[in-house]
Amino acid sequence: MSAHTVPPPPVPPDTLEAFEKTWSSAPGFLGMLREVNNIPIAQRYMVTGFAFFLLGGLLGLLMRIQLGSPENTFLDAETYNQIFTMHGTTMMFLFVIPFIEALANYMLPLLLGTRDLPFPRMTALSYWTYLFGGIFLYSSFLFGAAPDGGWFAYVPLTNVEYSPGINMDFWDIGLSVAEIAALGAAAEMIVAIIRMRAPGMTLNRMPLFVWAMLVTGVMIIFAFTPLIVGTAMLELDRKELTAFFKPEAGGKPLLWQHIFWVFGHPEVYIMFIPAAGIVSHVVQTFSRRAIVSYTLMVLSIVATGFISFGLWVHHMFTAGLSAVALGFFTAASMAIAIPNGVQVFGWIATLWAGRPVWRTPLLFVLGFLVLFTIGGLTGIMVGSVPFDWQAHDSYFLVAHFHYVLIGGVVFPLFAGLYYWLPKVTGRLLNERLGRWNFWLMFVFFNVAFFPMHLSGLLGMPRRVYTYPAGLGLETLNLISTIGAFGFAIGIALFVVNVVWSRRNGELAGSNPWGSDSLEWSEASPPPSAQFVRIPVVRSRHPLWEHQDLLPHDPQLLGQMEDLNARPAHWRGALVVSTVDATPLAIAHMPGSTIAPFTMAVAFLAIFVGALVDRAEPLAAGGALAAVALFLWFRPQASETLALQELGGRKEDPARLQLAVGGPIANGWWGMLVLISILATALITTIASYFYISDGPSGASQLPLSITQPALGTILSLLALVAVEWALRGVRKHQSIATRLGLAAAWIVSAGALGLSIQAFSGAGLEPERSAYASAVLGMLGYQWLVLIILLVTVAIGLLWALGDPEDRRGHSVVHNIRLMAAFTGVSAVVVFVVVYVSPRL
Amino acid sequence: MILLTVRTVPAPYLARFFLVVAALAGVLGCAQNGQSALHPAGPGAERIADLWWLMLAAASAVFLLVVFSLYRALTHRGRRSEPQGRRDEPVATKWVLAGGVALPTIILTPLLIFTLHTLARLAPPKSGSALEVTVTGRQWWWDVQYAGAGSRLRTANEIHIPVGRPVRIQLRSEDVIHSFWVPALQGKLDLVPGQVNTTWLQANRAGIYRGECAEYCGLQHTRMQFRVVALPASEFSYWLTAQQRAAVPAADSSTRAGQAVFMSSGCALCHAIRGTPARGSGGPDLTHFASRQTIAAGTLPNTKGHLAGWIANPQAIKPGNLMPRIPLEPEQLRTLLVYLGSLR
Repeated sequence: MSAHTVPPPPVPPDTLEAFEKTWSSAPGFLGMLREVNNIPIAQRYMVTGFAFFLLGGLLGLLMRIQLGSPENTFLDAETYNQIFTMHGTTMMFLFVIPFIEALANYMLPLLLGTRDLPFPRMTALSYWTYLFGGIFLYSSFLFGAAPDGGWFAYVPLTNVEYSPGINMDFWDIGLSVAEIAALGAAAEMIVAIIRMRAPGMTLNRMPLFVWAMLVTGVMIIFAFTPLIVGTAMLELDRKELTAFFKPEAGGKPLLWQHIFWVFGHPEVYIMFIPAAGIVSHVVQTFSRRAIVSYTLMVLSIVATGFISFGLWVHHMFTAGLSAVALGFFTAASMAIAIPNGVQVFGWIATLWAGRPVWRTPLLFVLGFLVLFTIGGLTGIMVGSVPFDWQAHDSYFLVAHFHYVLIGGVVFPLFAGLYYWLPKVTGRLLNERLGRWNFWLMFVFFNVAFFPMHLSGLLGMPRRVYTYPAGLGLETLNLISTIGAFGFAIGIALFVVNVVWSRRNGELAGSNPWGSDSLEWSEASPPPSAQFVRIPVVRSRHPLWEHQDLLPHDPQLLGQMEDLNARPAHWRGALVVSTVDATPLAIAHMPGSTIAPFTMAVAFLAIFVGALVDRAEPLAAGGALAAVALFLWFRPQASETLALQELGGRKEDPARLQLAVGGPIANGWWGMLVLISILATALITTIASYFYISDGPSGASQLPLSITQPALGTILSLLALVAVEWALRGVRKHQSIATRLGLAAAWIVSAGALGLSIQAFSGAGLEPERSAYASAVLGMLGYQWLVLIILLVTVAIGLLWALGDPEDRRGHSVVHNIRLMAAFTGVSAVVVFVVVYVSPRL
Repeated sequence: MILLTVRTVPAPYLARFFLVVAALAGVLGCAQNGQSALHPAGPGAERIADLWWLMLAAASAVFLLVVFSLYRALTHRGRRSEPQGRRDEPVATKWVLAGGVALPTIILTPLLIFTLHTLARLAPPKSGSALEVTVTGRQWWWDVQYAGAGSRLRTANEIHIPVGRPVRIQLRSEDVIHSFWVPALQGKLDLVPGQVNTTWLQANRAGIYRGECAEYCGLQHTRMQFRVVALPASEFSYWLTAQQRAAVPAADSSTRAGQAVFMSSGCALCHAIRGTPARGSGGPDLTHFASRQTIAAGTLPNTKGHLAGWIANPQAIKPGNLMPRIPLEPEQLRTLLVYLGSLR
C-alpha cells in the first residue's frame, strides 16, 4: 500500500504558541496545587509511591534485625506487631498499586496517542488524597498507635473489644485513601482506553500494557468496592454502632475474611497483570520482534482477570469450611496456572524467535521469569488444601508471596523503570549501575527469602516477634536477615542510579531502544500536551511498520486538522469509537483548578473527624467538600469557549463536534463506572445480609412492617419517571419540562429517603446488639447513600436548568442523572425485596 | 565476581547456585526439632508429607524445564527473526500452547486427584469412635478438657494422647481467632469464636511434639505454644486416671503454708485446683500443674527457678498477658513454690 500522504499544512506560529500556553502548567506553588495534567501529577505520584516503598522496606529491615537471632530483644512485642502490620499495609496499599497507577497515569496517554487522561481533576484528587492518607496513616507512629492487627486485620481481634486503642481506626480510615485513589484511577484507565485512543488503534492493535490496564481497571472496580463495604462495616462495629462481626450478637467473624479476600485475591492480580504488561513490552523491544502470540496473551490477561475472582477462599482453607468448598477452590486455584503458563511460555518463545538485546530492562525480566516461576510453583503447592494445612500462616507462605510479589511485580516494575524513565527524564540510566542493581537484588532476594520455605516447614509461624533457640531456626533466619540487607543495598543502588542519571545520563532522544509503540514517537521528556498533532495508527507496531503517523484518508485528514496544535485556546483531546477507533468528537479537558486539592483537604478533615469522633472536623470537612463540589461543577470559562467554537457543528458529519451531552461525553462513561461501583457494593451488602441472617439472631426477628418501605420504593421509581420527563424536555428544548422534572425528582427522592429512615427508626431494631439488625441497617444505609448521591446530582442538574437550560453542559448532567436515577430505582426495588419480602418467604 | 558478561551466566551458574541451595536446604532441614512437617510422626502429617514430596518433585522438574527453555531461548544459534519481525510464528505458538496449556493440564489433573484423595484421608474419625478432647483457645493459652471426664479433667497447654490411636479434637475459641498447629502430627485448623471445628491427632511413636498458635491473635501470639505428649497405651491410661483425681492433699507444713498463700493471694480467683476451694476459671487449671512440661503456654520450662520468676513478675516475661503481678514476701513465694511443686 503506497503511502499517499499530503503533508499537513504548517501550523501558524501564533496558534502553536497559544496551544503550548494552554497546555502549560500554572506557575508557582499555587500552580502546583492546582495542577491537573497527568504528566506532572504522575511524576509526583511515582516519587511518593517509591518513597513509601523505601519506608515499607525499612520496616522490613527492622523486622529482620529482630528475627536475626532467637529471643532477640531489639524490638518488643507491641512495636514488632505494629511494624509488621505497617510493613504489609504500606507495601500493599501505599506502594504497589499507587505506583502502578502512577506509571499508568504517565504512560497511558502516550501509549494511546492522546493528550491527557479523561478526568484530569480526578487524577489530581487521587494523588492528593493518596498523599494525605499516607501521611495520616504514618502519623500513627507519632502517637505510638500504629495499626497492629496485621495488614488483613482479622476480626474479632481488630474489633473494638480486643483492639480498643485508636490503632486499627487509623488502619480502617486510612484505607479509604487507597480505595479512593484506586477507584479514581480505575475510572480514568477504563474510559481512557475505551474512548480516547488514536484513530486507527482498534482493540486488536492496542499495546499489551494497555490491554493489561484495561483489565486491571475493571478488576479494581469489582475488587476494591467489597473492601470499601467491609472496612465501613468494621469501622461501624468499632464505633459500637453495629455488630456485623461480633459472635456474641450473632455476627460472623468469617464474613470479614470472605469480604477481605474477595478483594485481596484479585488485588494481587491487579498488581501482577500490569507487571505482565510491562514484561510484554520489554520482551518485545529487547527481542526486537513482536510478541509471538498477541491473541493468546490478550486472552490470558482476560482469563487471569476472570479466574482471579474465583479463588479467594484459598486464603481461608484452615478456617473450617466444607469439603465441597475446599475441593472447588483447590481446583480453581490450580486452574489459574494455565493463563499464567501461557504468558510465561509466550515470553520465552518470543525471546527464542527474536534477537536478545542485553540491557538492564531485559535482565530484570529474566530475573522476573525465574522468580515468578518459583513463586507460581509454590503457589500451586499452597493451593493444594492438605499441604496448605501445613504451610498456611507459616514462613513457607511468607516465602511464596514474596516470590510472587517481589519477583512477579517489583522486578517487572524495575524493568519498566529502566525502560521508561528515559522517556520521563530525557536521560538513560547508567547500564553498569543497572547491572549491579539487578544482580544484588536478584542474588540477595533469593538469599533472604528462599530459606523461609524451609523455616516454615520446620514449624515457624508467621507474625511472631521471636522464636526459641534450639529448633534449627537460627541459621535460616540469620541467612534471611543478611539477604534482606543485601537486597536493600541493591535498591539503594537504584536510587543512586536515578539521581546520578538526572545530570549525567546519556541523552535518550525520542526512541533510544528502537521500540515500536507511540510513546517513542515523542520527545523525551514529552511536551505536556503529549501529542501536538494527534497520531494516526495503521498497525499494531506503528513505529516499526509505518514511521509516518499521518492520516491517509481525506476525511480523516480534515478531522485531524482540528487537532493539529488545536484547539489552541482550550485543552481538547480526541474521543473515538470503542472497537474501531474512528474519531467521534473532541472532548474538553479541564485546566488547572484548586477544586481537587480542596476536596482532598476536605477528605482529610473527614478522616480526622472520624478517627477522633469529633463533630468539628467532620463538619468542617463537609463544608469544605461542598465548596469543592461547587468549584468542580460550576461552569468553566474554557468549556464555554469550547462550546462557542465547536457548538454549531452538530449537524456537520465531516467535522468533529464537541463531546458533550449524553454517551458521547466522557462524563457519561464515568457515571457508568460509578454505577458499576455502586452495583458491586450492593451485591456485597446483599451477600453479607444473607450470610448474617443465616445466623442465630436472624430468623427469630419479627417481620418488619412493610407499608412505609413500599411507599418509599414507589417514590424512588417515580423519581426515575420524573427524570425521564426532564430528559425529554432537554431533547425537545422544553425548559419548563426539564425544570419541573428535575424539581419533582428531587422532592420525590427526598421523600423516599425520609420514609426509609423513618421506617428503620420505627422498627425498634438495635444494630449495636444484633448482627441481623446490623445487616438490615447495612442494606438500608446503602440505599440512603444512593439516594443522597442522586439528590446531589439532581441538585446540580437543577441549578443548570434554572440557570441556562439551553447550555449543553446542563444537558450532559441530565443524561448522567438519568443513569443514576435508573440505578436508584432498580436498587430500591432490590433492597426492598431483600429486606422486607425475603424474610416472609 | 560472577558479573562477567550476562550471556555466560545463566545455565552453569544457575545450576551451581541451586545445587548449593539444595544442599544447604538438605543440611539445614535435617533438624529434628519436634515440630517439623518434614519429619512427620503420625499418619496425618505423613499423608501431607507424601503430597509435599510429590509436589516438590513435580515443581522442581517444571522449574528446570522453564529455566532450561529460557536459557536455550537466549543462547540458541538457530534461525532468528529479522529485527522488528512481526510475522506470526505458528511453530512458536504451538510451543506456547504446549507449555502453557497442555503441560499444566497434564501435571495438575493427577495432582488435583491426589489432593482430593489426600483430603478425604485426612477426615477426622467419626464421633464416638475415638477419644475426644476439647481445646478452647484464649488469649494466650490453651484450655484442654477431655470428654467423658468433663470437669474432672481440665488441664492447659498440654495434650496427652495414646500412641497409635486417633484422638478427635474439638476446637473452640472464647475470644479471637487462633489456630491449632502440631506440624509433626497434622495440618492446622483454626479456632473461630462462634463455631466448632474438628481435627484429629495420632502419633506413631511416643514422644513430645511441639504445637503453636498459627493465627495472629494479638500481643502475645508468639508465646501461645503447647505440647502434645504421646504415651504408650498403658502409660496413657495411667495418666488419664491420675489426672482425674483431685489434687494431692498438702502433706507437710511448708506445703500447707504454700496452699494458704495460694488461697489468700488472689490466685484462686483465676485458677482452679480440684479438691480445694479454688474454683477460678479465667486461667489454667492447676490441679496437676507439676506434671506439666511448661509454664505460660510453652514460654518457660516448668522448673522451680522459672516458676519463681514467673510468679514474681509475669508481666516481665510475657508482657500484656492476663496474669497480674501480685507482690509476695520471699517466704510466701518459697512455700508457694513448694505447694505448686506438690501438685503432681
